[in-house]
Amino acid sequence: MEYVSPEGLRLDGRRPMEMRQIRAELGAIAKADGSALFEMGNTKVTAAVYGPREVENKSQQLNDRALVRCEYGMANFSTGDRMRKPKGDRRSTEISLVIRQTLEACIMTHLMPRSQIDVFVQVLQADGGTRSACINAATLALADAGIPMRDLATSCSAGYLNSTPLLDLNYVEDSAGGPDVTVGILSKMDKVTLLQMDGKLPMETFETVMQLAVDGCKAIAKYIREVLQENTKQLEYRRGL
Amino acid sequence: MRDMRELQVSLSQTQKVRLQTAIEQLEKLTSRVSSSANASVTVADTIPVNHEEGVLKGHGTSEVDGDIVATLCGVVERVNKLVYVRTLRARYKPETGDIIVGRVIEVAPKRWRLEINFSQDAVLMLSSMNLHDGIQRRRTATDELNMRSIFEENDVICAEVRGFQHDGTLHLQARSQKYGKLERGQLLSVSSYLVKRRKQHFHHLQDYGIDLILGCNGFVWVGEHVEVRDDMITDDQENKPELQQTSKPNIKSLSLEEQEQTYTPPETRQNICRIANAIRVLTSLGITLTVDVIIATVEMSKALYFDVHEMVGAEFYVQVAEKEVERRSSSIKKK
Repeated sequence: MEYVSPEGLRLDGRRPMEMRQIRAELGAIAKADGSALFEMGNTKVTAAVYGPREVENKSQQLNDRALVRCEYGMANFSTGDRMRKPKGDRRSTEISLVIRQTLEACIMTHLMPRSQIDVFVQVLQADGGTRSACINAATLALADAGIPMRDLATSCSAGYLNSTPLLDLNYVEDSAGGPDVTVGILSKMDKVTLLQMDGKLPMETFETVMQLAVDGCKAIAKYIREVLQENTKQLEYRRGL
Repeated sequence: MRDMRELQVSLSQTQKVRLQTAIEQLEKLTSRVSSSANASVTVADTIPVNHEEGVLKGHGTSEVDGDIVATLCGVVERVNKLVYVRTLRARYKPETGDIIVGRVIEVAPKRWRLEINFSQDAVLMLSSMNLHDGIQRRRTATDELNMRSIFEENDVICAEVRGFQHDGTLHLQARSQKYGKLERGQLLSVSSYLVKRRKQHFHHLQDYGIDLILGCNGFVWVGEHVEVRDDMITDDQENKPELQQTSKPNIKSLSLEEQEQTYTPPETRQNICRIANAIRVLTSLGITLTVDVIIATVEMSKALYFDVHEMVGAEFYVQVAEKEVERRSSSIKKK
């Protein structure tokens, strides 16, 4: 199948190096300490952060740092065909783990000993790149909850189809079976916290594809910073003197 | 936008425009008086310190390659050489002497555990609170067994932060008659940055017969006014033994007389709801809670004949925002 037309356009009309439209909103869930809604094109996820709060299970309590827990879930209606089991399957467990590890790398857990932070991410609409969208949403929610972090962790995916590197794959491109790379970085510190690849790529192409994904992450980080800055300003203005 | 974080109001087109202009005016007014909002930072922003020597890094900052970097979203504050980031939306950070409102979640040996919107549960020791009889003495095993007669699970109580213990747990104390169980009222939980530390956190609103407690941890209590009982009166103590004997068996089944005592008249109930709704509207607009603002909002709702339930509607929401603009601009003029 042709994923990039001779004119250099992808199936949804984007250029190979073009990202889908992103949109973020803070405070989507009232009861949570921090929450966010993040959209990448048609992919839509919400994240809710609770904590730092008292550890539920005392045997898991850590005396030198906070316990970070993460739960990833896909809504039954998020995909075209209805899922049979919404939770507890291997895919969600793996993604929960991936998100948790990425977030743990940026949260300053040693500042909140003997407490726990719960992150719940829920996919409302899936159109490829859900794990990237989830990481971005979770970062926003953590920042909204006022949890100290080293840097903002952002994530983006890139693939290689029809011998062209493509940024931010959608569902059709994702299910084409080509190699795809999901990268998570700490943008200011220039550190990679997540790198996953399905399929194989020669060394040289891998580097270009990864560089493309990193650039995508940076663009997302720039947008997230703007959203957070605007939100902080709003809160401060409204609070008064 | 997070305008409707707690309140779900649907605004009409004109109301939206009015709210928008009100908020823009608030922005202008605030930025004119203080540059604090311009000093806002997000995570991983570098805080400029002009290469000063011996800058002290406070909360919400860390050092990366010689630069001071924010680890939180908030506003940069400078006190002499100290640089720190003041967060807005975050959990409560206790300081010794804070007055807080909390909810009992567990009765443990010699202590109660309280949820106070902190990263851990707070501990109120039996020994760090005054007994009902007002006598200072060692707490006996009998006292320990009677702990549930003082506070039970899910009771809302008011106390003071005593400080952190060596093991990092937070201890509270309630060594005065003004602290203790709160009954006949509503507990509201708001973001803790909206309650500022002040001299007075207990307020008796005489016009309404209401007690208002603005807990530093963002828990706000609105309840019927209770006179502080003076248990030190001597004849009261003489009566105590027999009183205890009679009242103990029917703690659960209240006698008619006691029901009379716990009855709250409908007007007071309405006042409680009115004040609580005023606080709800103010917090969802993100305005700092002070008694003056709360009372002004309540007065406004009465003057404009808003019913209690209409206070959480769209029209009142917009009017409160407009009123706030008015209030702030007049307070600036006075200066």
